[in-house]
Amino acid sequence: MTLTTPEAVESEPTKPQQARRSAKSSGGLGRYILVRFLLIFPTVFILVTLVFFLMRVIGNPITASVGGRLTPDQLQERLHAAGYDRPVFVQYLEYLGGIVRGDFGMTSTDNRPITEVIVTYGGATAELVFYALIVALVLGIPLGMLAAYVRDKWPDVLFRALAILTYATPVFFGGLLLKLVFSVWLGVLPLGDRASTRVSLVLDNIPGATGIYLIDALRTGNGQIIGDVLQHAVLPALTLGLLTAGIFLRLVRANMIGSLGSEYVDAARSRGVREARLVRTHAFRPALVPIITVMGLQIAMLLGGSVLTETTFGWRGLGFELNQYLSARDFVAVQGIVAMLAVIVAVTNFIVDVVAALIDPRVRF
Amino acid sequence: MADTSLVDRHEPFWKRLPVVVQLRRSTGWQRAMLITGVVICALYLIVAIAAPLIAPYGFGQLQGADGQGFPRTSAPSPEHIWGTTVGGFDVFSRVVFGARTAVLVVIVAVVVSIAVGVVLGMVSGYIGGWLDRILVVVADAIYAFPSLLLAIVVSIVISGGNSSYAGGIVAAAISITVVYVPQYFRVVRAEAVRLKNEAFVESARVMGTNPWRIMTRHVLRNSTRSLPLILTLNASDAILTLAGLGFLGFGIGPTSGAEWGYDLSRALADVASGVWWTGVFPGVAIVVLVLGVTFIGESLNDISDPRLRARRRLKQLVSRKQAASTEGAAA
Repeated sequence: MTLTTPEAVESEPTKPQQARRSAKSSGGLGRYILVRFLLIFPTVFILVTLVFFLMRVIGNPITASVGGRLTPDQLQERLHAAGYDRPVFVQYLEYLGGIVRGDFGMTSTDNRPITEVIVTYGGATAELVFYALIVALVLGIPLGMLAAYVRDKWPDVLFRALAILTYATPVFFGGLLLKLVFSVWLGVLPLGDRASTRVSLVLDNIPGATGIYLIDALRTGNGQIIGDVLQHAVLPALTLGLLTAGIFLRLVRANMIGSLGSEYVDAARSRGVREARLVRTHAFRPALVPIITVMGLQIAMLLGGSVLTETTFGWRGLGFELNQYLSARDFVAVQGIVAMLAVIVAVTNFIVDVVAALIDPRVRF
Repeated sequence: MADTSLVDRHEPFWKRLPVVVQLRRSTGWQRAMLITGVVICALYLIVAIAAPLIAPYGFGQLQGADGQGFPRTSAPSPEHIWGTTVGGFDVFSRVVFGARTAVLVVIVAVVVSIAVGVVLGMVSGYIGGWLDRILVVVADAIYAFPSLLLAIVVSIVISGGNSSYAGGIVAAAISITVVYVPQYFRVVRAEAVRLKNEAFVESARVMGTNPWRIMTRHVLRNSTRSLPLILTLNASDAILTLAGLGFLGFGIGPTSGAEWGYDLSRALADVASGVWWTGVFPGVAIVVLVLGVTFIGESLNDISDPRLRARRRLKQLVSRKQAASTEGAAA
């Protein structure tokens, strides 16, 4: 949902830059990656700690979720069983210890390990985020390049207006509109869910199912099933992807305007390099690094946006489950899922920074 | 960023106000965008203030003055110009009152996050040391995390999920604040770090001015240049976050106030049966307001960035100069 504007990202010191500073003393890609890797831990630690203590401010999760429905004695028993009657700090240390061992706790409403919830539904979310990223890149980058090239003429103004529009539209409203037009009025695409009931049954029961429907569907090799899965993916992918497409468009445009105006582009043009090649290669390459950096941040934002998209389309992934647990007031589950997402976000950012360093030597030296 | 430092100090006060300065310097598309944005925001502000006068019914009203209950999911008609919801609420009235909620939340959120972010950033940047390091790492960690998830967590803590109108506004505003404090913090901190080695700050220090006075008088005054820009960007984000929270059920209940995100979450189920008016109107209300705020932010950004500034004025200047020089040559 929340967008980071590309401008803000460019102008402020970000984590990779800090790491760059520490890596500068000795230089080298290996050291950079090491420093950047070590930075994952404080990030995760801080977020997990923050979430833990915030959630404890409301008291304890069991009272919050089922407090009204139990007698004081029963409640006390449940609290004791779950260890919530001990000092907060002891609970905190235990929670941290659990996370180190990969144990994020149990949901309090349906008693499932958080890790199991994540394994079951994580695939669906990853699939959605992947689709969305493809939509965003396929739309955002070429249009951004074009907008930069025809800068201040009407196509540029049009694209930028569209980019702002996609940003200004909340994902759930965008989803609602797409559903209204394509599912209800035109009737060409399904209203929601990841696949039709029949197909879901098949896919959930094939041996060694990954939970990522596209992969499972491809493995069945059945054209109808693949078609059904893809059909269901179109609207959610567009909804979530459009949001980010606008950001990529603006980012590519802003960076390309910078590189198109540089002297080496003029020099290449004077050597007779064709315009298309000039834009695609000479001007685009240097604009790529900020795009990759922002892509990392965008993956975090896409995860946030997927909560809303999944809820809108009944896409049974992590976000959908998170919303279910939120409505059930199961705050242990919420805390666990959010903590797990913190780990995923931190690791993704690490990978993105390493890729940026591989592409642009300036980042690591 | 916004180079208001170039503003002539002798201009009257109103001409030195942030948006006014840019308005006077802008041209072409950028000016049109800025004006559109300002007009949209002013419009919403008026609607928010005058909501009871504009809306024909209350946000929680289910029956007319004659005691007759409102029809349920009725299409737009003269009595209910934007139709009614499944629950029998008047869509138009709820959208109008929703403006009040949105404007209130955004104002509270922006004011609080600026206040907290600026103070933390200034102290952290100016004093430095371990406090600075810790704050930077914390701010970075928060910054990298999906803000909606964080807002959800904070919202759970503050409201427990259900609240009165005032409580709901404060809860939503604080949830949003937590997300934006790091952004103000980073910008102001960066400026403070830069400024603390400037000659005028050092001379103030040498003269024995107390640190607090240096911070407020010398550092703060000079580190707020880019705030109007971030402010508008965050305000638009805040509207979307509020709607997102409402959509997930962490907003303001239908009887205690009107909130667009909540209305949209209710409208989602209507879509399947072709009922469009319950969702489209609150949705459009969100989009237009965010557009208005973003237009202001975008044009402020463009105007302050020389790479993106429209060239027309430069061309005019050049042609005028040329005209002047040819005239001079003729004379």
